[in-house]
Amino acid sequence: MIKLSDISRTFQVGNEPVHALVGINEEIQQGEHVAIMGPSGSGKSTLLNILGCLDKPSTGSYRLDDQEVAELDEAALTMVRRHQIGFVFQFFHLVHRLSAAENVELPMIFAGQPRAERRRRVASALEAVGLTPRAEHLPDQLSGGERQRVALARATVMEPEILLADEPTGNLDSASGRVVLDLLDRMNDEGLTLIVVTHDLKVAHRADRILVLVDGRIERRVAGDQISEILAMLAEDDEA
Amino acid sequence: MTLADLFRFSLKGLTGHGLRTALSLLGVVIGVAAVLILTALGEGARRYVIDQFAGLGTNLLIVVPGKTETTGTVGAGGVPNDLTLQDAAALVRAIPEIQRVAPLTMGTEQVAFGERRRQVAILGTTYDYMLARQIEIAKGTFLPDEEMFRGSPVAVVGPKLAREIFAGEDPVGKIIRVGGWRMRVVGVLAWQGVKMGVDFDDLAMVPVSTAMQMFNRTSLFRILIQSSSHADLDMLRDKSRQLLTERHGEEDITVISQDALLTTFSGILAALTLALGAITAISLTVAGIGIMNVMLVSVSERTREVGLLKALGVGRRQILSVFLAEAALLSTLGGLIGLGVGWSAVAVLVRIYPAFPASTPNWAVAAALTVSMAVGITFGLLPARRASRLDPVAALAGR
Repeated sequence: MIKLSDISRTFQVGNEPVHALVGINEEIQQGEHVAIMGPSGSGKSTLLNILGCLDKPSTGSYRLDDQEVAELDEAALTMVRRHQIGFVFQFFHLVHRLSAAENVELPMIFAGQPRAERRRRVASALEAVGLTPRAEHLPDQLSGGERQRVALARATVMEPEILLADEPTGNLDSASGRVVLDLLDRMNDEGLTLIVVTHDLKVAHRADRILVLVDGRIERRVAGDQISEILAMLAEDDEA
Repeated sequence: MTLADLFRFSLKGLTGHGLRTALSLLGVVIGVAAVLILTALGEGARRYVIDQFAGLGTNLLIVVPGKTETTGTVGAGGVPNDLTLQDAAALVRAIPEIQRVAPLTMGTEQVAFGERRRQVAILGTTYDYMLARQIEIAKGTFLPDEEMFRGSPVAVVGPKLAREIFAGEDPVGKIIRVGGWRMRVVGVLAWQGVKMGVDFDDLAMVPVSTAMQMFNRTSLFRILIQSSSHADLDMLRDKSRQLLTERHGEEDITVISQDALLTTFSGILAALTLALGAITAISLTVAGIGIMNVMLVSVSERTREVGLLKALGVGRRQILSVFLAEAALLSTLGGLIGLGVGWSAVAVLVRIYPAFPASTPNWAVAAALTVSMAVGITFGLLPARRASRLDPVAALAGR
């Protein structure tokens, strides 16, 4: 379970402090599917980075499973990222010199898992995303959708509680995007907490609820099936 | 993470940019090979000199006319007294520890047999010289073992001289003319090449008193003294100097110990080898800077990968060790290849010049490998630290 209390994040850009996040309070339950939306610069990515322990809030408390994450040191944060959190990025971030299987194996190598165990879990992770026949291909030999599925297998191979996805379909055509989203949904159904940052209403539509960020604040919380409301609101913003 | 996994991952990182890896390897290879080759040359020079001395016999003292020290006292006109055959004979008589004494005189003269003539060095000495200098005879005998004042009209010729003037005939027993003197050839030396600047293949040896008459000399060129044991050398040197000083009324001779000369030369050449090694070690440092450059480029090129690794829960130390392992692999691999290249080059050199005993000293091999590895790790540290300290969010964005 995630509990954010009064989270703020301020960057220093030149002499100007920039308030990327201001007073965020939010609870996300285990197994929930949450979409974060909002215009560019609204703080979506910053929120995702803080949730993924890649960045620390300037003030406020972030409790992950009753552990105060905001106070952890670098080494402890590394362990949280390793065991509790998986990432999927818009640009896949596969290592180009490694095959699909080796990319999936990567987090387990650094976690010090034995080889036999690694092989077994790589095989099952690749199978879960339907890429078993592509295991030995290099990323350059894979289509965009396949690359994102490799990334998905890599993000989940350590069996995290939370999967953070930053525009997971942003670089995909709609057909391969749908395959990826279906996979995300299935993993969510199996109990994985899923938090997706997206511009795409079709992506957000699948979530249990949507957080709309504007200027670093949660402007609105919407249930996923109330898409029309969001549409209207965004149109309003565009006019303003 | 096991060490094997670490090195496998790092190796993949290196093969990811083959040309750059190969070029920085080349720097290390050249550095290590240079250390091996140059120290082999220095060591070869040292051994060559030692071999030259060893070929001249052991436990030897050399008496040279004249004092090599500069003195301020008023001497007897500054011209040294002659170093005579009588001096040599007196040494034998007065000092029982002396095993043998070989007086030496040198000059050049024309040696002729029939129509063939050849201008060569003439070495006047005695039978004992053969024993002291370990000279081998190919045919016939050496100069007769006779009293040193008696100059028999006999000669021993070098093999090259024999080949040139006898043209295939057996020289032993033939009469040759040395200057205006008729001499019977009693022996031919074995081939032995140039030793200490004298070509022993192309000369004639005659009894010392014959040579002194031939060249109209009263002073010897050298007296060689051989001691039966190494322990007696210092004592013999003092006694010989004392005796000759008494006979001449002043100290106008110098007694050199061959071992002292050898030690000095060997020391100088060992220092030279060390200096060569140190100079080439600088090239290894340059290679290290090459490694650092490659690693810095690699880190900045792989910024996103570092960001990804951080997101996957890879710790700072692990990222540090990945890049350090790459630098270590580069330098170790370069060092090993350089070892192969250096050894091969030295082997080829020895093949081409078998007389020159080039050989890389063990310390140079150890030093080259140690320095190349240390350099790789030292220069790899800065880029690796840079990688490990990247901010994950910025790194993922490629900043």
